[in-house]
Amino acid sequence: MSINKILQVRGMSKRFGDLVVLDNIDIDIPIGSHTTVIGKSGIGKSVLLKCMAGLLEPDAGIVEIDGKKGSFPHCSYMFQQNALFDSFNVFENIALPLRETQTLKREEIREKVEQIIEKLDLNSATYKYPAEISGGMKKRVALARALITNPEIILFDEPTTGLDPLRKYGVFDMISTYRKKFGFTVLMVSHDVPEVFEITDQIAWLEGGKIAFWGTPDELYADTPAPLKPFLNPKLETSL
Amino acid sequence: MIYKLGNNGIKLISELGELTLFALSSIKSFLPQNHRLEKIVRAIYEIGVRCVPITLIVGLFTGLVLGLQLFYVLTKFSSESLLGQAVALSIILEIGPVFTAIMIVGQAGSALSAEIGIQRNAEQIDALSTMKINPIGFLVSPRVLAALICFPILTAAFNIIGIWGGYLSGVAMLGVDSGAYWTRIFESVSGQNVADSMLKAFVFGFLTTLVCAFQGYYTHIKASVPGSRGVSETTTRAVVISSIVILAADFVLTSFLLVR
Repeated sequence: MSINKILQVRGMSKRFGDLVVLDNIDIDIPIGSHTTVIGKSGIGKSVLLKCMAGLLEPDAGIVEIDGKKGSFPHCSYMFQQNALFDSFNVFENIALPLRETQTLKREEIREKVEQIIEKLDLNSATYKYPAEISGGMKKRVALARALITNPEIILFDEPTTGLDPLRKYGVFDMISTYRKKFGFTVLMVSHDVPEVFEITDQIAWLEGGKIAFWGTPDELYADTPAPLKPFLNPKLETSL
Repeated sequence: MIYKLGNNGIKLISELGELTLFALSSIKSFLPQNHRLEKIVRAIYEIGVRCVPITLIVGLFTGLVLGLQLFYVLTKFSSESLLGQAVALSIILEIGPVFTAIMIVGQAGSALSAEIGIQRNAEQIDALSTMKINPIGFLVSPRVLAALICFPILTAAFNIIGIWGGYLSGVAMLGVDSGAYWTRIFESVSGQNVADSMLKAFVFGFLTTLVCAFQGYYTHIKASVPGSRGVSETTTRAVVISSIVILAADFVLTSFLLVR
């Protein structure tokens, strides 16, 4: 077992009918790092994340965390649309994993939830329902719910979908800031190229079911693979 | 034609297998849950308390109509004095458990299916899995247990109010002797009849709650279209299948209970 890699994917494959989405993929995510998976829409980025989180059963391959196969004891997942429970208020949403998976007393749960609400500046929304708060706040609530169990890894599935540029940078800033603050590892799927390069340590480019590029943003810019160039600098084929 | 028939047969068997596994999972997942009592109380409110008005209203009118209809039939044989017995046995053995179950499916079962279906579409069920919370244990098990408690209680309420409905139409409106009405009931209705009624309610509660939860839980697979139309489709299907299941199970149970 390697010491400086906590998440190891080996030989992961997934197909839907005849469509091969993941083809024998190997990935190593170093401790505390931020890795972003980029690629065209529908290429299988979210499938990769869901296979890693156990939401989809891969056809082949193993996932190891600290050498433990298959399970993610210290992993949280942030969904594209946040997946907050709309009939629970913010406090209840954040407390949910603690209430349901741990044997803490009511006061201990309250204390932990209030701490994270304080850290993520959600005081004004504590007893509001998801429908009553802004999109940015919903993201923070989802992050608070992901952080409340002190995960080592958080998987982000397109966390900036549908946000304007200002809010998009706000979310990136939030992820970057809290990663430094809480020390978790980030594996993110994103379409926000090149903005996401400002906060990520590694980039994995998924193409044709394979990781076609793996490296830092600097390495990517220094030696961009030819097929990736149009993806990084898209141009209109027709001019007005 | 044969291919289609065979294909549908395989689909049906496969669906029954999935439903059985779902049922086993919902039973198995209950005990490891935290805050079980709180969840059951909430589910009892959703399934039981909210369905009290509709159960009582339908029970009353069913009894009223039954009183009128049976009086009309019994007068042909000059047997009006048997009205109490006829109303009570019809309601306790058949109409009570079946109508109550159909009413609860219409109100709580459809709501359950739609709620779980929406949670599936909003990725809330996936979110539960990533939080290491068993979604079936969290969403389905407490409802199944609550149904096992609520269906017999609501059926008992339906039976009582239905018999009173028969009394109102038969005795107060049509002039059947009050003493004869009640005496016939006490003479003819046995504890076994009441137990059979409760058994039916228990079985209907278990089956219909599972069917409704199952349709909602797998709305992403079972519906022919995704999204809100898919939820609408599986909710409708949940109510239709539940209603058929109630009538089919009633036939099977009655066959066994009557020959006993």
